[in-house]
Amino acid sequence: MTVIDNHEAMGMDGAPRLSEASARDYFELLKPRVMSLVVFTALAGLVLAPGHINPFIGFIAILCIAVGAGASGALNMWYDADIDAVMTRTATRPIPAGKILPEEALAFGLTLSAFSVIILGLAVNWPAAGLLAFTIFFYAVIYTMWLKRSTPQNIVIGGAAGAFPPMIGWACVTGGVSVESIVLFLITFLWTPAHFWALALFKMGDYGAVGVPMLPNVAGQATTKKQIVIYAVLTALIGICPTLLGFASIGYGAVAAALGLGFIWYSIGVLRMPESDERMLPAKKLFAFSIMYLFVIFSALMADHLIVNIWLNAGSVA
Amino acid sequence: METVKLNEAQKKSRRGRNIALGVVLAGLVVLFYVVTLIKFGNGMVN
Repeated sequence: MTVIDNHEAMGMDGAPRLSEASARDYFELLKPRVMSLVVFTALAGLVLAPGHINPFIGFIAILCIAVGAGASGALNMWYDADIDAVMTRTATRPIPAGKILPEEALAFGLTLSAFSVIILGLAVNWPAAGLLAFTIFFYAVIYTMWLKRSTPQNIVIGGAAGAFPPMIGWACVTGGVSVESIVLFLITFLWTPAHFWALALFKMGDYGAVGVPMLPNVAGQATTKKQIVIYAVLTALIGICPTLLGFASIGYGAVAAALGLGFIWYSIGVLRMPESDERMLPAKKLFAFSIMYLFVIFSALMADHLIVNIWLNAGSVA
Repeated sequence: METVKLNEAQKKSRRGRNIALGVVLAGLVVLFYVVTLIKFGNGMVN
């Protein structure tokens, strides 16, 4: 008799199938690049919110939001392992690469989800924890399990999951939601379609091969390009709202307006791109610019907030 | 009784996972300790 009687635990050669997954493979399940964006936008929400938070509690808040986002990434990889194996962009992920079993990823994702929400609730506040739980549910269930494979509007609605972090960061300080935090949410929410459809254009073949109904595959390139321009304009408009609503300065407004014009400019480049263009450079340029756009817009908001605060403090001291 | 023999790659990856888990658990201990100090610190001093 051996200690392993379960035949499913045996490999093709009859030897026990024991994990060779490293800690790094588990870290890869958390989608670290997406997590870095989440950390950054959540930090923006935390910095911009009125009020004070203990720096260590603030650090825990960001950590929990990052781990929660990572957990939803692991759940996404568990559910999408079948299509990840086919697409070139995702074929090397830990599950399709055979390093981690799907059920291990599921357990990992569920455990981290529970830990991140409970610790955020205990250490920071429960409204923020509730928002984090909803974000994980939205990304893993609403987007991954339902929308992604059923509608070309998948990333429009699903984009909400990626847009919640600044709102959670804000709630960590204030304990609630306000107009300002909704504007922070809308910046990422309206930015997502143009960003993802630019990628979907030059990855059309991949998405077509796995049957994910991305807009270019379902409605065609022409419709996608027009939609990209519409969402780029909406992103540019929401980008200047912090100034219009009075929680950012004119200086920020000028930076946001310039960035917004750049976003529209690159989206028009995509609109003019001929359908016969196989290299799709304008789409790749828009994709790259969109990443830079989000990074700079949130950086500008934080820098503006800190500069105005320093200015006001200097004024009150004088 | 026949037992499972791990090869070198399996031993190495298991050691790496154990170290990572240990670091995470130690981090959680520190995290809860500091949070307790922050949340109840003033009360304990008084």
